[in-house]
Amino acid sequence: MGRELSEAIVDGILGGSVYALMAVGLTLIFGVLDIINIAQGILVVLGAYLSYVLSVHLHIDLFAGLLVTVPAMFIIGVAIQWAFIRPLRGRERTSMSLLATYAVAIIIEGILYIIFGSNYVNLNASYVTEGPKIFGFYLDYIYIYGFLMALLLVLAIYFTLYRTPFGRSVRATMQDQTAARIVGISVNRVQALTFGIGVAVTAAGGMVFGATSGGFNPNTGYDLISRLLAIIILGGLGSIGGAMIAAIFMITLEGVVDVVWSPSWSVVVFYGALVLVLAFRPQGLLGRKAARAQ
Amino acid sequence: MNGEPVNVGPVIEGPVIEGPAQAGGAQLPAGRDRQATVLRLGCLAVLLVIAAIFPLVITNALYTQFAVDTMIYVGAVAAWNLFSGYTGYISLGNAVFFGTGAYTVGLLTKQWKLPGGDIFALLPLGGLVAALVAVPLGLVALRVRRHTFVVITIAFFFIFQLLAFNLSFTGGNQGVSSPFFLWSAADYNNPFYYVGLIIAVATISLSWLIRNSRFGLQLLAIRDDEDRARGLGVRTMRTKLTAFVISAGITGMIGGLWWFFIGQALPETAFDPLFDLTVALMAFLGGFGTLAGPVLGALILEPLQQWIGITFTNGYTSDIVLGGLFLAVILFMPRGLVPTGAEFVTKWRVAQARRREAAPGGSAPGGSAPGGSAPPGSPTLGRTGSPGAGTPGASTPGASTPSTGTPSTGGVR
Repeated sequence: MGRELSEAIVDGILGGSVYALMAVGLTLIFGVLDIINIAQGILVVLGAYLSYVLSVHLHIDLFAGLLVTVPAMFIIGVAIQWAFIRPLRGRERTSMSLLATYAVAIIIEGILYIIFGSNYVNLNASYVTEGPKIFGFYLDYIYIYGFLMALLLVLAIYFTLYRTPFGRSVRATMQDQTAARIVGISVNRVQALTFGIGVAVTAAGGMVFGATSGGFNPNTGYDLISRLLAIIILGGLGSIGGAMIAAIFMITLEGVVDVVWSPSWSVVVFYGALVLVLAFRPQGLLGRKAARAQ
Repeated sequence: MNGEPVNVGPVIEGPVIEGPAQAGGAQLPAGRDRQATVLRLGCLAVLLVIAAIFPLVITNALYTQFAVDTMIYVGAVAAWNLFSGYTGYISLGNAVFFGTGAYTVGLLTKQWKLPGGDIFALLPLGGLVAALVAVPLGLVALRVRRHTFVVITIAFFFIFQLLAFNLSFTGGNQGVSSPFFLWSAADYNNPFYYVGLIIAVATISLSWLIRNSRFGLQLLAIRDDEDRARGLGVRTMRTKLTAFVISAGITGMIGGLWWFFIGQALPETAFDPLFDLTVALMAFLGGFGTLAGPVLGALILEPLQQWIGITFTNGYTSDIVLGGLFLAVILFMPRGLVPTGAEFVTKWRVAQARRREAAPGGSAPGGSAPGGSAPPGSPTLGRTGSPGAGTPGASTPGASTPSTGTPSTGGVR
């Protein structure tokens, strides 16, 4: 039990960092565009399938393949924003965006089913099944590499946001769109690029997810998006730090419940924890307290 | 900001602030309006008659089965709209109540070994249990912001689906099967159809009553600006929770009906994420927050979905078609069929009125001053939806009455 527990905790922290990466993309999109991107889950799966195609058919290493899949997902993200998000206007914009991105998700899911079928596939490489022995269990290298990559990318996002002119315009747009427009920021451009970045990180997250989840198919997107939504709500919508903490906390919690109680209850505990926290802190862990009318 | 719904301005500013006595006071007693009301009631009566005789005329079991499905969705959407449409809190977790109703009715039928026939008497009980479940859920979920509310309802949905899988009395992934009914195979679907029709009509009537009541105005005030509504003395939590529980109770009853009809409740079909999304889509297609819109959305979308399912036998292609359709509606008709249609009718009437006035106005220069000033005012009113604030039109009551009456009633529907 002790060995399994420590394995669950280590896996949870390392695996949680990958969820943190995907959740940061989602919460960034929310913060800047004020929309919830339901398609994020299926886009992660799409990213995983892109890595799958590159590694199985073209024999490109998983991490090297990211050099192709990340820009590809960035372009897909910008295209989705341009075609389906930008035209949304008016008071019910956020609600409409839920439906629009959900529609995008069903379409992508259908296309993936037609191309790849419903069989579960797995990303494979030598480092996916090998690794050093620590605390009495084998830790696959993919967890370590994935953790390092997620850390690197989240740091890159942080650096971009807080140390570059582009980041400053992103933060300005997050705070007040009208004011940002007044001082000369091209809000449309910022929104398009942010959506692209938020989607691009799914390529990296999807690759690690595809290698560590033990198999995925197009339907996996639903499970992913509900977890990601729970994570960003728990962390506080629009809060990047909150999303990271919440991701690692939730995924570790789920892994621990898996071991100490039962796998069939871990998901109940996962969502139960969200409801419990929100009962006492409606704005999430690090969320700003905002007027309810928004 | 031209996209503001036309209904909200007059409704809120009229009764809530000036006095609650004259609910629905935005209507003007013009002859044209009375005509429209008669016309509308006539249409409603015809629709009801068609709905009532439908299974007697069309006896093909496949079509009556579609009709039952459609009735189930009409009721479910009307119930969803009663809370989400009026308050603006989008719930993607109504399947919680649908499934709770189905399981309650199913487990009780099994427990009490009820024979077929009078089983429908159990439906209110299913609704009651779903409503009771909604109270604690609402107390937690309604404390948060709108975006968060959506996600909490999704979280509730997952919790309930997993509970249905894991609890000892729910039958796990075998679910609960319903007994065989002894009525004849030829009109097997009819009892379900009529019960569904009764629930749907009752829900729509309730929705209409709420819409025209003080309670309904409070809900709409919450939708417009919750903080301001509280400032004006609306007890927002209590109001929201009441609507949430009513909506849940009705959805629970419909879930029970669905269980009798389908014959089996599985965790993944009774607590179905597609149910949540379909209901929301129907409401948005028809017109979010209007009375007729969601019903219209269900009447169009459910048969269409069935048709797409039959035409594109590959389930994934039908998904793609549905998603594409979905996007087309959102992009080209973001406010839904009913508001867009009402706007279209208003514009057409204004154009007609302008044409009618233009003809005599050219020959008689003396009378053209008041008549000529009305049309520029009327289109503005049609768009902003504040009849009292229309500056040019206000000075010419006679000429502008028909066109001012139209946007307000068109929106209130």
